[in-house]
Amino acid sequence: MVTYILKRIVTLFLVFLGLAILIFVIARIVPGDPARIALGPLASAQQVEEMRQEMGLNDPFFIQLWNYLTGLAQGDLGKSLLTSRPVIDDILGALPATFELVLFTIFLQITLSIPLGVLAAVYRDSWVDNLTRIISLIGVVTPGFVLAIILQLLASYQFSFFPVTGRIDPGLNFDADITRLILIDSLIKGRSDVFVDAFSHIFLPSIALAAAGIGQVMRITRSAMIEVSRFDFIEASRAYGIPERIVTFAYMLRIASVAPLTILGLEFASLIGNAFIVEFVFSWPGIASYGVRTILQKDLNAVIGVVLVSGVFFVFANLFIDILLGIIDPRHRLREGASK
Amino acid sequence: MNHPLGTNISGEDDTEQHRSLTSSQMAWFRFRSNPSSIIGAFIVLSVIFVAIFAPLIAPSPQSAGSFVDFMNRHSPPSRDFLFGTDNVGRDIFTRVIFGYRVSLGLVVGVLGFAVPFGVFLGLLAGYFGNWTEFVIMRFTDIMLAIPPLAMALAITAVLSPNLINAMIAITMLWWTWHTRLIYRIVKAQMNEDYVEAARVAGASHFHIMFRELLPNCISAISVKISLDAGFVILFGAALSFLGLGVQPPTPDLGTMVSTGSEYLPEYWWEALMPGLAILYAILGFNLLGDGLRDMMDVEV
Repeated sequence: MVTYILKRIVTLFLVFLGLAILIFVIARIVPGDPARIALGPLASAQQVEEMRQEMGLNDPFFIQLWNYLTGLAQGDLGKSLLTSRPVIDDILGALPATFELVLFTIFLQITLSIPLGVLAAVYRDSWVDNLTRIISLIGVVTPGFVLAIILQLLASYQFSFFPVTGRIDPGLNFDADITRLILIDSLIKGRSDVFVDAFSHIFLPSIALAAAGIGQVMRITRSAMIEVSRFDFIEASRAYGIPERIVTFAYMLRIASVAPLTILGLEFASLIGNAFIVEFVFSWPGIASYGVRTILQKDLNAVIGVVLVSGVFFVFANLFIDILLGIIDPRHRLREGASK
Repeated sequence: MNHPLGTNISGEDDTEQHRSLTSSQMAWFRFRSNPSSIIGAFIVLSVIFVAIFAPLIAPSPQSAGSFVDFMNRHSPPSRDFLFGTDNVGRDIFTRVIFGYRVSLGLVVGVLGFAVPFGVFLGLLAGYFGNWTEFVIMRFTDIMLAIPPLAMALAITAVLSPNLINAMIAITMLWWTWHTRLIYRIVKAQMNEDYVEAARVAGASHFHIMFRELLPNCISAISVKISLDAGFVILFGAALSFLGLGVQPPTPDLGTMVSTGSEYLPEYWWEALMPGLAILYAILGFNLLGDGLRDMMDVEV
């Protein structure tokens, strides 16, 4: 298990290095002079030249790349043109909000889709199955921003309990300084009013974000459960007279959960992507809102930082899922070990 | 392709008249007996049809451009304006129809480049193995680690936002899925006898890759394309929703949702109708793709 994890971490490091180089190359080959963008159209040619010198844009390409990578290793992502603060500080400031949204979304996805998928498999071809089929289809085909707008519309007409923008009521005066996640900190500090308010804020955005994944994971759980139900050891367990409840949830679900977990890991990239849209619609103060703002301002350093951090997020999520799968299903460990 | 399968659909009773179906008839039978794929095919055809004949179908073709009609500003859906009108009085139904043109153009542009490129790399990696496989597949892994929307946003933003750049950005990220898919199929096919037979018979690498292996990937590719089409539409709409795709006054579904959402909740139709139009197209391509998948019995 330890060698397995170490192997995964080495691969992770290589992917991360590749990602950093790739993003740097893309940022350098696109047309447009970063110095000119930074100074705006009114700056003189001489000012632009000085800025190029200062930003190191006149150095040879590989020197630039080296400086960039060594800076990166020290956690230096350059300075943001928009806020004129170090990009890393901006991103770290916005990260907890995104992290909270994404975690809550995954929580919703797991707690809603896996039980529904199991239910659909147990009552196969009944109305329950058909209902989940329709729900999952709607989830998969509805674009995040359309769903977000529909939810906002419903909230503003019917369910005014759910605010349509923001992360918390600014009047509440709450400092999330333990885990930086408001939902968890409010529980630790015993502030139920803050928890309820934060919950009402996070609920709609995470539903909008979770829908596509819920649909997919539900269907995959269903087909995995049906496949596993044909295994001999399941028949044997039933023949021994082990209660159906235990067979379904303890034996079948353990094996069947491999497929949905894999999908959840892969879904993570699109989850972060969709977070850009959903955070934008709901004015959620996360890294994606920051990303959209800096992209619109052509703030190159900040954009690179945001893309890089989202990539790291994704790679770590997959590492986590891989380790989890290795624990659940030892065959996974062997297969991965053999292919590397 | 046309060899009879000898499939006896009448069941065990051989004395009954039994028909043999060709494999394509069998495939069509399977497709036809699945109502959701028929609905999907109908939706996709209707979207393609209105996009091609947009100027003839649209009730008010001038609404597709920068036309204004302040008398009819913010009119709710009615018989005159099926989907209502927008903030400058343009007919939303007309703009949706023209919006489909933009969406489908994006699909053709993106998949037209991304699919051949991705398939080619997948064939190379799967066929040659060794370091070719290592380089291509590791690079694909890295590309897959980039959240696509974040990357596309960054690319379109740096290269001024418009339809062509949105197309470039999406294409740059899309090929990876096809490379992975084809790589997996080819890798599995490499142990088959027909590949070995072709090699023994002295066939060139080119011949084995494109004449022997590629035909076995076609059904998976076509299913993937159908499923992809919906997601390319979604992607393009998401980009323009954030103001980084097609620029006004070109009618684009994502831009319409974004402009319309400024007038929520009173003028709900301005955001909702184009939103539902996007949903309709994606639903069609998805149902069609699922139907094709069941019909050809492939995993994508």
